[in-house]
Amino acid sequence: MTRIAARGAALLSLLVITLAFLGPFLWVLISSVQPEAALSAAPTATFSLDNFKAVLTWETLFLPLINSIVISGSTAVLTVLVAGLAAYPLSRYQLRYRRHFMLTLLFTTGLPVTAILVPVYAMFFRFNLYGSVPAMVLFLTASSLPFSIWMMKNFMDGVPVSLEEAAWVDGAGWVQSLRAVVGPLMAPGIAVVAIFVFVGQWGNFFAPFVLLDTPDKQPAAVTIYTFFSQYGQVAYGQLAAFSVLYTAPAVVLYVAVNKYLAGSFNFGGSVKG
Amino acid sequence: MTVATAPASAVTGTPAGGPPRRRRVLRWLLPMAPALVLLALFLAGPILWSVYIAFTNETLTGSASVNSSFVGLDNFARMFGDPNFVNSFLLTFVFVIGSAVIGQNTLGLIIALLQRGRGRVTRSVVNGVVIGAWVMPEIVAAVCWFSFLAEDGTLNTVLGISQEWLYTAPMLAVILANVWRGTAFSMLVYSAALSEVPPDLVEAAAVDGASPLRRLLHITLPLIRRSIMSNLMLITLQTLASFGLIYALTGGGPGTASQTTPLYMYEQAFRYFEIGYGSAIALVMLVIGALFSLVYLRLIKVEDA
Repeated sequence: MTRIAARGAALLSLLVITLAFLGPFLWVLISSVQPEAALSAAPTATFSLDNFKAVLTWETLFLPLINSIVISGSTAVLTVLVAGLAAYPLSRYQLRYRRHFMLTLLFTTGLPVTAILVPVYAMFFRFNLYGSVPAMVLFLTASSLPFSIWMMKNFMDGVPVSLEEAAWVDGAGWVQSLRAVVGPLMAPGIAVVAIFVFVGQWGNFFAPFVLLDTPDKQPAAVTIYTFFSQYGQVAYGQLAAFSVLYTAPAVVLYVAVNKYLAGSFNFGGSVKG
Repeated sequence: MTVATAPASAVTGTPAGGPPRRRRVLRWLLPMAPALVLLALFLAGPILWSVYIAFTNETLTGSASVNSSFVGLDNFARMFGDPNFVNSFLLTFVFVIGSAVIGQNTLGLIIALLQRGRGRVTRSVVNGVVIGAWVMPEIVAAVCWFSFLAEDGTLNTVLGISQEWLYTAPMLAVILANVWRGTAFSMLVYSAALSEVPPDLVEAAAVDGASPLRRLLHITLPLIRRSIMSNLMLITLQTLASFGLIYALTGGGPGTASQTTPLYMYEQAFRYFEIGYGSAIALVMLVIGALFSLVYLRLIKVEDA
């Protein structure tokens, strides 16, 4: 009897929480398909894809999205390459300061990137790197490295050394061993790290906002902000449609790696990246 | 020598060349070099440089941009004497306690507890909505909350009142928005921690007549206390540095009513181009972040690092 009551109370609480969480989503989802959307989430029966059509232009959507893909994509690829190389000796050799190095990496992940951006901006200005997309990608890569090396090392530890021995007997060095044996065997791990970095940079607003100078270099995060911050004359339906299109890739990629990331939230025992 | 013994098979497999010790150093240094260079140039370098420029009067424009000079502790004296900095510091404290420690942490734990033993469909729906708020880019989250809290927005429609929340209660607004956005992380941490709690312990207590609240307080929570502490440290670190959501929602305003330290730092460094002063603020944030990060490292048990 009390069991049923407890169950009912739990379900009711979950329902209330779910509805409360749904609230802020409503406007974006509804307004994106309303032709005359305003800031109120007025439920009307009209449905149209006009807002989507209106934002599907080079200037509004495609260029910012391509910039996002270039910035997030090159950061992800570079991070995976550099982190993969660094993780190999950390996983395979008995280095004396390995533990200190790994703990330093973990410590670094806690430092506020927001604060690091002030000296990075000053540095970029002094060395004429302000506005340079490649320089910003290098900074984003460096800031993603500590956590990525940590994850990569954990995935690499899962590949038994015995599998590499055959390659060594055949005279392969660490480069061949990493490329032909370890890499393919930890492909899922590499994908997880790449997607994790990609999604993180996809939503990154502050770094491009501060480090890039002209609108034509800005990723979608900054474009949508400039779009939104002049809300006096904004076409709200288009803002909502843009939001949906910009959010979709992050959600799809998260769903793809969700299963692998779930294990990362366990602090019991050893820390898994 | 920084390299201890490598697996014997690895040594025989390495092509010959150079004395063994140098070869062994090269073998770990070469693959790690790109990472070490990037970390040194773009992470350690800027941090160390901020230590230097925090003690200068460097600006991006005006005479101090060409000839910046050493000003000692002036920036720090100015910072602690500036009511706007003190205000931002207090607001950051309120923001972290309200949105992370109380909001995300407690709500995450409650959702994780409520989900235990529920059916797959219930869990998927709840997880989907909560995680959806977390996965979405922060600027889109800001758009969602801007419309939700607007005068004719969803919240006022539901409550049947008229209130310009972002103007009348900006801190409450950004705290709620950040709870909405960040709760998924705590929820996932606590779901993982709770799945490790042995059910027979809790059941035994139930047989002994312990009420659900007593079972929670005396058995479940003590068993996951390490996760609780780790989670608190991590979300505190994330929340301390939070910028985009507040910036896009209120811009720190009205006035300085929601100007947390990252926004104050942004204003000084990027709007007034006071790089020396901005770096001093950044340095204070870095030191606070480093302290929390150290506590976090001490809390988690890192095996086989």
